This record gives sequence, structure tokens and C-alpha cells, in this order.
Amino acid sequence: MNLISLSAFDLSIAALLVVGLAISTTLLGLGLGRQLVIAAIRTTLQLLLVGFILKFLFDNLHLGWMSLVASIMLVAAGYEVMQRQKHRFRGVWGYGMGTFSMFISSFSLTLFALMVIIGNEPWYQPQYAIPLLGMMLGNTMSGISLGLDRLTQSAKQQRTAIEARLMLGHSWSQAVSMIRSDSMRVGMIPMINAMAAAGLVSLPGMMTGQILAGSPPLEAVKYQILIMFLITVGTGFGTMVAVWLGARRLFDERHRLRLERLMTKE
Amino acid sequence: MLEPGACLLLSGPSGSGKSRMLRAIADLDPHEGQVLLDGEVCDELAPAQWRQQVGMLAAESAWWEERVGAHFSAPVDEALLHSLGFDQQVLEWELARCSTGEKQRLALLRLLNNRPKVLLLDEPTASLDPNNVARVEQVILDYMHTTQAAAIWVSHDPKQIKRVASCHMVIQNQAIHEVAL
Repeated sequence: MNLISLSAFDLSIAALLVVGLAISTTLLGLGLGRQLVIAAIRTTLQLLLVGFILKFLFDNLHLGWMSLVASIMLVAAGYEVMQRQKHRFRGVWGYGMGTFSMFISSFSLTLFALMVIIGNEPWYQPQYAIPLLGMMLGNTMSGISLGLDRLTQSAKQQRTAIEARLMLGHSWSQAVSMIRSDSMRVGMIPMINAMAAAGLVSLPGMMTGQILAGSPPLEAVKYQILIMFLITVGTGFGTMVAVWLGARRLFDERHRLRLERLMTKE
Repeated sequence: MLEPGACLLLSGPSGSGKSRMLRAIADLDPHEGQVLLDGEVCDELAPAQWRQQVGMLAAESAWWEERVGAHFSAPVDEALLHSLGFDQQVLEWELARCSTGEKQRLALLRLLNNRPKVLLLDEPTASLDPNNVARVEQVILDYMHTTQAAAIWVSHDPKQIKRVASCHMVIQNQAIHEVAL
């Protein structure tokens, strides 16, 4: 590996550029200066923290530590999904639906990739496990958020049409079928687009990183392909599960549309 | 207790709960009390099965496909179609081009085509012109007569009540009482 190490001075130059941008936006009266500086500071602190955590994990290889970090990542992703909903489900469902869907898609797929495809020894080597899980969760999270958001918004807007179908003796599943398919599609399309555009429009981040770190480009490409496939599958199944659960939760056991189970973010 | 073929007219000030009552009978909202159809309790039938037999017509019709025909699950009854003033052509119509009155008549067609045993009608003639009011009333009464279906019909029009009701009840101040026709 022929990685050029960045010095504190190198980073300071980049930071000065950010300060420059902040001053310019303030002069233009965009009111973004403060936000920009705070965000930049957060990035620095959060990434440094992650760096220390990763360093710790690398030095103390243990399944227990790995599980702890992985659980924290999952919990944070679940919280983020909930935060992104305009209308979210009340009670434990609001949080649980996204988290559960990510658990059975991203989590299990990451495990599968580590154990079967990559086949590292031991499989929970943090060097592979953490970035992989991070990418999986990050993308699945977006898909699930989009899907659920579309589902609940459409249900609110199309309430009378859903109930008209119920009145005609359609089951909950028939009554919500169009909205459900539509929401699943919305959650999955960004990933399909990303696959279609990969390499032509943008170089995916992980591949870029590997190449910067000195990996042979073709090795980086193979990893990137693997990641794209895994992310697509994870996002796809995660979105399908989350939207299906959400659609079911909109109705009770007597197939009544229960919109009061949603609460709207102020 | 509503006998086969009977038509219960329901009236009362707006906000008194007429629609809520119909919705509860159609089992669209959680409710207390029990509703029975031919001795069978609502809770013991599958929800879809219950609503096929206890069919509700909402005050405002709602549609989910682009064309009229796509909303029918069973072949459309020719005679019914004609009696409401339409022909086969109507199934190809786009809903975006239908008037409120046309949609209301089509919603009734959609409901009756399911052959429900009980009709829950929430102001079924509210947005119709006088000709069509008479036509729709006749179609509903004919349907009830031939199938022995019962109806609960929400209406504000005293003349309509006289024309179609076999009994009349008023909801007021959270109570329901029968009034003479």
C-alpha cells in the first residue's frame, strides 16, 4: 500500500476553504454560515470518534465488541428512518417497523456476505464487517424511509378511495394494493438508478476509496460490484418488508382503515 | 330489526352521526354493539364478506382506476346499466371527465352490481337533478323489491322521505327515535 498520510496541516487547508465558503454565504445573506460551521465541526468530531472506535475494534478483535457496535448502528438507522417520516406510526411500530425490516434485510445479508461470499477468518473482522454493514444500513435506510413515507402519505390522501374499496367488499390487501406497489417502487428505484449510472456518471465512494488507498482498480471494481448487488438486494427486500408491514398496520383485524394510528410530525 | 325489503329513512341535523352510524353498520369504524344479518353476527363473518352483503354508498363517490369499467369485479348487469340511464359505452369513460352526478349514479351501479342484501345509502341523490333523482329512487326501490334487500337511507328531503320510506327515524341530541311518516 502506498497511501500518502494526511497531516493536520493538510486538513487545516481544507477547513480554511470551508470557512471561506461560510464567510461568503454570510456576506450573501443566505443565513447558512452558522449551520455550515456546525456541520463541519460535527463531521470532524463524529468521524474522529468513529476512527477511534474502529481503531479500538481492530486492536481488540472480539465478537462481543463487534455485536455491540453493529447493534448501535442498527438502532441509529432505525431512529433515522422514524425521523424521516412525515406521518409515522404511533407507539413501538413507528420505530420497530423500520428497524425490524433493516434487521432482517441488511443485517442478515451482511452476515451472509461476510460468512459465505468474502469468507474472512474470522468472519467478523471489523475491517470488512463495519464498512459493509454501514453501507448496507445507510442505503436500506433510505429505501425504507422513502417507501414508508410514500405509503403513509398516499393512504392519507387516498383515504376515500381505499374506503370505497372496503365498502365494496375488497380485503385490506386489495384496497391498498396500488399504494403498496407504488411505495415499494419508490423505495427501490434510487438503487436501480444507482446501479445503472455506476461508473458512467459517478465513481462509487467505496471504489474510489480503495483506489486511493492503492488497491488495483480491478480488485476495487469487483468489490464495488459485490457491494452494489448486496445493497440492491438489501434495500429491495427491506423496503418490501417495511412497506408490507406498514400497509398491514394501516388496517385492523376487521379490515378497517385506521389512520389514527399515524401521527403527523409538526 | 329491519325486515327484508324495508326502507328505513334516517335524518337529523348534520354532525348528529348519521354517516357514522352507517359506517359502524358497514364495520368501517370500531364500534360498540352488535349487528346481525339473517341471524349471523358481523364479527363472525370475514370483513370482506360482511361488506359485500351490507353494501354502503358513501355521500361522495371515490374511484381509483382511470376508467369506469375497471372498478367492476363482476360483469355489469345490462338491465341495471340501462335503468340508470347508461349504456355499455360508459364502461370506457374516463372518470376525470364524469360529472359529480354521473359519478354518483355510477357509484350506485357499482354497489348494486355486487348484489348486497342490505343497502346503506348516504344521501344517494344529493347531487342529482330532479329527473335523475326520480330515476335513482326508482332503481333503488326496484332493486329492493326484486331482491328483498333492506335499506337504511339517509335523506333530508321530506318529500323523498314520503316517497320511499317504510319507516322514519331521527337522530338528535345523541338519541334516535322513530317518527310517524
